Amino acid sequence: MQKNTTKKSGIGSVLGGLVRNQIFIPIAALLLLVLFNLIVDPTFFNISVDVNSDGYRILSGPIVTVLNFGSELAILAIGMTLVTAASGGQDISVGATIAIAGSVMLRVLCGTNSRPDTLQAPIIVAFLVGCLAAMLAGAFNGVLVAYFKIQPMVATLILFTAGRSIAAWVNNNELPVISDPKFAYFGGFLPGIPIPTPIFIALGCMIIIALVLRFTTLGLYTQAVGINESSSRLNGLNPAFIKFLTFVILGVCVAVVGLIKVSRISSINYSVVAKDIEMDAILAVALGGNALSGGKFNMWASILGAYVIQFLTTTLYKCNVRSDALPAYKAVVVIILVVISTPAVRTWFSKVGKSLKSKLQTKEVA
Amino acid sequence: MLVSENVLEMKNICKSFPGVRALQNVDFKLRAGEIHALMGENGAGKSTLIKVLTGVYSKDEGDIYLDGKVVAIHSPQDAQRVGISTVYQEITLCPNLSVAENMYIGRGTGKLQNWKKQNEDADKILKSLDIPAKATQQLASCSIAVQQMVAIARAVDMDCKVLILDEPTSSLDDLEVQKLFGLMRDLKSRGVGIIFVTHFLDQVYEVCDKITVLRDGTLVGEYSIQEMPRVMLVSKMLGKDLDDMSDIKGEQAPYNGKDASEVVLEAEGLQSDAGIKPFDFYIKKGEVNGFTGLLGSGRSECVRAIFGADRVIGGKVKKNGKIVNINKPIDAMKNGIAYLPEDRKIDGIVGDLSVRDNIILALQVLKGPFKPFSKAEAYKFADEYIKLLSIKTASADTPIKSLSGGNQQKVILGRWLLTHPEYLILDEPTRGIDVGTKIDIQKLVLELASEGMSVTFISSETDEMLRTCSRLVVMRDRKVVGELSGEDLTQNKIMSTIAGGDK
Repeated sequence: MQKNTTKKSGIGSVLGGLVRNQIFIPIAALLLLVLFNLIVDPTFFNISVDVNSDGYRILSGPIVTVLNFGSELAILAIGMTLVTAASGGQDISVGATIAIAGSVMLRVLCGTNSRPDTLQAPIIVAFLVGCLAAMLAGAFNGVLVAYFKIQPMVATLILFTAGRSIAAWVNNNELPVISDPKFAYFGGFLPGIPIPTPIFIALGCMIIIALVLRFTTLGLYTQAVGINESSSRLNGLNPAFIKFLTFVILGVCVAVVGLIKVSRISSINYSVVAKDIEMDAILAVALGGNALSGGKFNMWASILGAYVIQFLTTTLYKCNVRSDALPAYKAVVVIILVVISTPAVRTWFSKVGKSLKSKLQTKEVA
Repeated sequence: MLVSENVLEMKNICKSFPGVRALQNVDFKLRAGEIHALMGENGAGKSTLIKVLTGVYSKDEGDIYLDGKVVAIHSPQDAQRVGISTVYQEITLCPNLSVAENMYIGRGTGKLQNWKKQNEDADKILKSLDIPAKATQQLASCSIAVQQMVAIARAVDMDCKVLILDEPTSSLDDLEVQKLFGLMRDLKSRGVGIIFVTHFLDQVYEVCDKITVLRDGTLVGEYSIQEMPRVMLVSKMLGKDLDDMSDIKGEQAPYNGKDASEVVLEAEGLQSDAGIKPFDFYIKKGEVNGFTGLLGSGRSECVRAIFGADRVIGGKVKKNGKIVNINKPIDAMKNGIAYLPEDRKIDGIVGDLSVRDNIILALQVLKGPFKPFSKAEAYKFADEYIKLLSIKTASADTPIKSLSGGNQQKVILGRWLLTHPEYLILDEPTRGIDVGTKIDIQKLVLELASEGMSVTFISSETDEMLRTCSRLVVMRDRKVVGELSGEDLTQNKIMSTIAGGDK
């Protein structure tokens, strides 16, 4: 009996710790979605082996789709988390700057002809130039936010509005098409490998950010600046530069996603590519339990949040929700998730939990 | 004119906040046509009294009489209705509206607005008060002083009997202050009673008729300006009797290395954009000196200029004899200077971060972004200083904001000690912390100095300064007015230097 109770309290404290931990929110959301799918349609978790048009065997199934398309969001969430932490605001221009980065890459690959038979430049060069463009866009946002002290959402509204036009202008409003199959590797499959490439790219990005957070002080600095700018300055930091830097880092993330996006269709649709992705990226940060007003952050919770959002989207598709009605369903789920994760509701939950506990105890005593 | 008539009388005002008795049985009298200074150190209860009078706080006990009748004031609107108007330090008008709109905003009766009449009325008032502004001018285009005057004009037009000016001069230059005083004298001659809250002694002696002094939430007394020499006023505010010699010489064991007389830091004509007059300063190795003066006299601004916390706009700084450029805090830190800021909440702690991160922050910044401390190192540093300064915290991972004020202060102190500075600046390190911790910190300062660290110590409590410092730089009205050391380090001497002009 004695043993039993100590064990119980041990488990209780572990559970309690987990509930208090930030990453609990996306994990709980993920578990709910998994449970829902298990009940409604267990085939969701089936993974089949298909053969694609090139004759290679590839994995397919809803879960693979979640990991594949969630990768883009996860990469964006990395940058968005840093921007949120340092500046206390969000970048709403990422969708538009993805269009710019993708367009620039295509332009470099195609040269002057919009339908070249051979690539006019190595893919790596195209990526680096696109990366530079996205970093410039990030730097533009960063300067407005960090040095001119414009609210992040207002500052990034400029590129949000203008970005897709700029993307179209880069290619003279033509639609370049890449015929080289190698370019399709990044959004599709590497020959002989059955797992979609974006999953590897996202993994790579996660490893890089893990190393950066481990071997630099980026995490400490961005959090310090986001929590107390004045105090950070008196500790020798340059808050403006750190904010600026986070926007540039987000630019790199944008470029990577841009590469995946244009590689998927070997072309670009300026008005549709990465549409509304900024909202999902911001949502991923929020779902990860990170305060959108900046300060402390948990990178892994954000990344998990990104996959949860993709999981939700795919689930809704699987339930035959029409694509034009999708945002409405998503909004309902999001409202529930976000409200549950607010401090007010969480303290209410813990209060209810405590009173339940005390009731149970009094019963035991009786 | 009936100068003796009390236009306002507050009797037995009491007000408590959880844990603090902010006002205890305070009486206050204001006569018509009188400029009455309300004086006291920070936390003496001046602003609480003003807020009770203007209905921002509701009083716990006591009565307020206006023209001999009891009035009930429950909100700022009530206060305005009975004729009590306030002009705050920060301008609370709308800069993007016109002068006339600002004067009449929120006073309409809900009927249609007669813009023309409003502008004419406003112009009349502005002219009669000799305020250099036009009714249709946008408020933002006026100087700060004129904006303040517009706020006063607005108050006057609302038939105010009592006008409260809460530190109106702190953002004005000398000429603007003179203009404001002109306006105040004009209002005085019209029979308005004015309550003037300020930290500037010179200004009190220039315009005021009466002084009421508060200290620690209690009334010290009401005095007429003639019977109150400056030195006495300062001693009343500080609560130290002039004859109380209270010679508490600390058990200083001065640093006696062979470089003891070397000047560690020297500043010449240093000036920042925070509005202090250029000043000279030096500190020797192992010396403890201090800046003293009333609150708002510019002591914090001086050390902020040394640390590069405010923008430095002039002057030379020499470190160990070599000229150095200190434009931002990191420059100062690289030169071995550490600064514990006055406002712990705003400038000191990084609230959501753990005690550990707060302790290592400054040293980490010095070390650079590509050499982060490992978790083990960080814990080692944190535990070392938690133990050394006996910081009461659940663990090194506890967010600093959940610690008590004194312990937060110790964490910040630990942060700077960890950088092993040559020169440590402590701006009000003991404010708001208990007596035991205060003495701990004082002892620590003396100990550090005896090991060769130079320390500048600022405190509102003269006792503390006398106990720790061997030399005091005295400030008044944002400039250095004297320096005391050796025999001169006494309460009396400090007070008379702060007050200026021995009487």
